[in-house]
Amino acid sequence: MSECEKDLEVLRETFKSGKTREESWRRSQLKNLLRLLEEKEDDIFKALKQDLGKHQVEAYRDEIGTLVKSVNYALDGLKQWMSSKKAKLPIAAFPSSAELVPEPLGLVLIISSWNFPFGVSLEPLIGAIAAGNVMVLKPSELAPACSSVLAKTIPTYLDSKAIKVIEGDYSVGQKLLQQKWDKIFFTGSTKVAQIVMAAAAKHLTPVTLELGGKCPAIIDSLSSSWDKNVQMIKFAIPKMFGENPKESHSMSRIVNKTHFLRIKNLLDEPMVKASIIYGGSTDEDNLYIEPTLLLDPPVQAAIMTEEIFGPLLPILTMDNIEDSIEFINAKPKPLAIYAFTKDEELRRKIISRTSSGSVVFNDTIIQYAADTLPFGGVGQSGFGRYHGKFSFDTFSHEKVVVRRSFLTDIWFRYPPWNDHKLQLFRVGFRYDYLSIVLITLGLKKA
Amino acid sequence: MNGVHEDMLGEVRTTFRSGRTRGVAWRKAQLQALLKLLTEKEDEIFEALKQDVGKHPVEAYRDEVGVARKSATLALRCFEKWMAPQKGRIPLVFFPARGAVVSEPLGVVLIFASWNFPISLALDPMIGAISAGNAVVLKPSELAPKCSSFLANTIPLYMDPEAIRVVEGGKVVAEQLLQLKWDKIFFTGSPQVGRIIMSAAAKHLTPVTLELGGKCPAIFDTLSNSSDLQVAVKRIAGGKWGTCNGQACIGIDYVLVERQFASVLIELLKKFTKKFYGENLKTLENLSRIVNKHHFDRVHNLLKDPKVAASVVYGGSVDEENMVIEPTILLNPPLDTDIMTEEIFGPLLPIITLNNIEESIQFINSREKPLAIYAFTKNDSLKEKILQETSSGSLTFNDAVIQFICDTLPFGGVGQSGLGRYHGKFSFDTFSHEKAVLHRSFLIELEPRYPPWNNFKMEFVRLAYNYDYIGLVLLLLGLRGIFRTNRRQ
Repeated sequence: MSECEKDLEVLRETFKSGKTREESWRRSQLKNLLRLLEEKEDDIFKALKQDLGKHQVEAYRDEIGTLVKSVNYALDGLKQWMSSKKAKLPIAAFPSSAELVPEPLGLVLIISSWNFPFGVSLEPLIGAIAAGNVMVLKPSELAPACSSVLAKTIPTYLDSKAIKVIEGDYSVGQKLLQQKWDKIFFTGSTKVAQIVMAAAAKHLTPVTLELGGKCPAIIDSLSSSWDKNVQMIKFAIPKMFGENPKESHSMSRIVNKTHFLRIKNLLDEPMVKASIIYGGSTDEDNLYIEPTLLLDPPVQAAIMTEEIFGPLLPILTMDNIEDSIEFINAKPKPLAIYAFTKDEELRRKIISRTSSGSVVFNDTIIQYAADTLPFGGVGQSGFGRYHGKFSFDTFSHEKVVVRRSFLTDIWFRYPPWNDHKLQLFRVGFRYDYLSIVLITLGLKKA
Repeated sequence: MNGVHEDMLGEVRTTFRSGRTRGVAWRKAQLQALLKLLTEKEDEIFEALKQDVGKHPVEAYRDEVGVARKSATLALRCFEKWMAPQKGRIPLVFFPARGAVVSEPLGVVLIFASWNFPISLALDPMIGAISAGNAVVLKPSELAPKCSSFLANTIPLYMDPEAIRVVEGGKVVAEQLLQLKWDKIFFTGSPQVGRIIMSAAAKHLTPVTLELGGKCPAIFDTLSNSSDLQVAVKRIAGGKWGTCNGQACIGIDYVLVERQFASVLIELLKKFTKKFYGENLKTLENLSRIVNKHHFDRVHNLLKDPKVAASVVYGGSVDEENMVIEPTILLNPPLDTDIMTEEIFGPLLPIITLNNIEESIQFINSREKPLAIYAFTKNDSLKEKILQETSSGSLTFNDAVIQFICDTLPFGGVGQSGLGRYHGKFSFDTFSHEKAVLHRSFLIELEPRYPPWNNFKMEFVRLAYNYDYIGLVLLLLGLRGIFRTNRRQ
């Protein structure tokens, strides 16, 4: 048995023992996770700075802070989430009762991406723990310092017989995907998602895929003219990131050379280059690309057909802002649509005529932090969802439990069959109790 | 050939894009039309079911027509309520903000129905898809050809043919359909085919619901009360042979019982089996037929192993010409034989004895998670143990199969018995995307969200994530140093 398989055996044994189902275990893991986030904060900041050049405040705002919030939310909600929910049954079922009982799925695999290496690793982990599972976390090798911090700290804070971090690259990922999991949670690109889902299909493993896409922002004219809006964006960039953003430390770095070149190539198409109205400079040695604005690059260019995942912001002009709906619908469904408008009618149209994971009016990104809203995609942006209780649900199976009594037995459920019984079924399905009684007493013919 | 399907899908997609299927009026009209179909064509449905699987009209009504009617009626009554956005409470720190979750249709969905309940397993998911505002392509099972042809011919007469299509055919057609891009695939059938479906869906990242099967066990505890015993055994007999003669995903596959109680169980089973289904091979009645030669041979072969044949305690006779196998009870066939490793999906009922009824839990857990577990017992602590220590789509105490009928209960498997669920509102949800909608205002802007960064902003963000509103106010007033509150543990 390989090392990997041995590790999984240990996890499965732990799950079988029932330990992870106890509320006390789940609570202690979550509390320890909170301690990890607090005590290892500096290590986390250092790793994020190293891998992505993230400033501490951005790191806190986007990763540590959201995790702290999520753990606290899970601790608050855990008891209620774990409890069974009564289900209503029709009177004909009396005196039966039924309930929905959440149970853990078992052994879960979490594969995370490199852009929010802590956030996107630990957020699903919180849900998997809260739901009582055992798990393997495979962080992205493209953020090696972060992967290493996770691999070192998690075993010292969390139950290493139930929660394991396995580091490595594509080949390790492949090996893991060949195993039999009770659930796979994946954050990343559509290309890799196809590989993950195909591997999951071999074992009929349910998956949640948190993907991406080209998330558009629709900017209605609001009170000022369009030119003024563009001016304001140009003004905001140096205000936030300084006159020389490279020196500001307020902007993350491009993660590696491959992505740097990928993004640079998007700019190198001649018609695209010609459309740059701000920024555009690149520094390969420092993996730095300036915040760049483009005005009406050609819609067939790669920059407009592929997910940019970088600091280039194409601005597309429309004759009529409502044309943006058709524009968006011609492309795969994105993870989020942002729309800046005060026009109620336009808002209604956007909600009902487009499809996306989420829609946010007059802000961006912030939906990520709202625990009461499900976070997930649709179409090419993914399926399944998490955050808040949705995380708990995504790692649970809601088992139906029906308790029946021997006291009452619907006598017409058994053969031999006759017309009488057929009539009783007809009215039975309509919950027409009076007719059931009358027909049974021979006082009514259906 | 695939060009034909592609064109068909293109047309249906165009219909969906027009927005027609999203309207309340359209959904209502389709559901009403379906009810009309079920009323006016009932006799044809009974006839088709009789021909394809030999179902008696009462069984056909109970398990197919009645089920579809009930689902359509419920959907008609409730779909507008289901469509309504749900408000989401947004934390104060986002103020002013409004959050909601809005259900929207996925688009064009592909539904594969299986042959054992060829009408209800086609229409029930379709009802969910329509109430959620989708366009539908239905592929009925070719192993129930009369029903398939009934659906293909009748649905276009009642329902919107530009949005709801029926495509007939076998494996080849199914494979062609699977090459195309769907917004959702709903499949009822075997785990082997489930894998093929999910692999094909992976190419387009299409979400799937797989309603599969497995070996659904019945745990039979010792019951001392005579009338309880009678009711329990009746329910087991009904749960085995009463639904499509054992060919049901939630049908009882085998029974676990304590050794000393086995003979009581077997004697009573014989009594009720004779009463419900006839004395012997020649006088069988009220039983569906084995669907075709392939399955007849498959089930017959399960009996051919000499050790298995030796364990037959009732029945076992077979009429090859008419493809009939009588209700058969076996006592302790060897656990490594096919009858105990594969889903039987036929009228053979193995009874496995244990020293202690609690061993049934380990027995079940050493096998794949089934779609349903049935436990006949009045022992509350045994019930609790089974509940906590086993996993299955559903767990029913003291009855079998009836959980299927109840619309307030989600119907679906776990592990090898499937993923996803439906029935009632769960059907609506399974064919919907719940979109999060957040409305923010320009009124209040939290500058600390943006760079350039400094310690003040760092402190602000820390407090915000802890929902430490007092701390935030103090920070903004510059008083934070005075009343430092600890970060929440």
